[in-house]
Amino acid sequence: MQDETGLLETFDDKVAKEIKIEPRDWMPENYRKNLIRQISQHAHSEIVGMLPEGNWITRAPSLRRKATLIAKVQDEAGHGLYLYSAAETMGITREEMVDQLLTGKAKYSSIFNYPTLTWADIGAIGWLVDGAAIMNQVPLCRTSYGPYARAMIRVCKEESFHQRQGFEILLTLCRGSNEQKDMAQDALNRWWWPSLMMFGPNDDNSPHTAQSMKWKIKRFTNDELRQKFVDICTEQAKILGLTIPDPELKWNDEKKHYDFGEINWDEFWKVVNGDGPCNSERLAARVKAHEDGKWVREAASAYAEKRNRNN
Amino acid sequence: MNSDEPLWEIFIRSKQGLDHKHVGSLHAADAKMAIENARDVYTRRMEGVSIWAVESKNIHASNPDDAASMYDPANDKVYRHPTFYDLPDELKHM
Repeated sequence: MQDETGLLETFDDKVAKEIKIEPRDWMPENYRKNLIRQISQHAHSEIVGMLPEGNWITRAPSLRRKATLIAKVQDEAGHGLYLYSAAETMGITREEMVDQLLTGKAKYSSIFNYPTLTWADIGAIGWLVDGAAIMNQVPLCRTSYGPYARAMIRVCKEESFHQRQGFEILLTLCRGSNEQKDMAQDALNRWWWPSLMMFGPNDDNSPHTAQSMKWKIKRFTNDELRQKFVDICTEQAKILGLTIPDPELKWNDEKKHYDFGEINWDEFWKVVNGDGPCNSERLAARVKAHEDGKWVREAASAYAEKRNRNN
Repeated sequence: MNSDEPLWEIFIRSKQGLDHKHVGSLHAADAKMAIENARDVYTRRMEGVSIWAVESKNIHASNPDDAASMYDPANDKVYRHPTFYDLPDELKHM
């Protein structure tokens, strides 16, 4: 049996050689803790993320849009499941994670604490929120923990339509009446900055980044991904003919990147710490869904018991 | 081989990072021996880095005869695929 130092060396060596860490492998306690936190937060985000969009399923403007939106929200439920299962391979139970979410102990992506006021918001969410999520998730397909990486591959494959359906919604609105285009612009105005916040605090202010990079949980820093997102979206906005609500947004020919304005970090921390426009509404909706689903869980176990007796 | 020995389904992970994949089955008296036998049968050429043995009776499978009705709901949902959406060619990185 190797001692702790030997085990740590083997672990570090695997990470360095891009060999995935699998559930039965020895891993440092902090690696496990850090990943449980990240994967469960990611799972919670998928689950809570169903709420702002679910708000528009019954009011989608056509059957095509409605079917698409249902398919997207269904996917998010599935993605929550893949991620909870990946976290469970690290020794935390589903009940513990659900409990952490429902008691407000766990965090989820702050973006879902903003309201969806108009149909154009569904387009903006697909384009920007899913766009930012994909930007984060693609490198996670190569993350060092095997079950997480495999879950992300599946998630990314399934999500490839999410962003496109959002962009298509906005494109349709932008080619429509003046009122429709205004609605699209208004959605962009409200969702742009919260989307940039999705990448998290600046690198020098992000407590987990350095260690996560060292362990190859993360492959790029928050600021690197945010910059990439700004560069890509600025070009895409031109196709829509919409204006990104940032007066400081400007091409920097020296850096070959867009410069952009400072995020309102006060707002960021306020929403992270529970004081966003919809934090309490989202949590209340999750608690209610969990309580309302209690009879279904009880009925399922009663039915299983009955079948067992009859066998 | 004692025919009372239960049947085990064997799954091999060929490389860290990849899924365990079903490779076949064998009889063994217990789980430990099933893994040892699987090593001898299925990994003689370094095919694996990890073995799972699951007693066959613990595998519950769907009925292939039900396939038509089972998978029918996905049939007409072409909008789950990215190519369904009509977007301009100049749109990059999406």
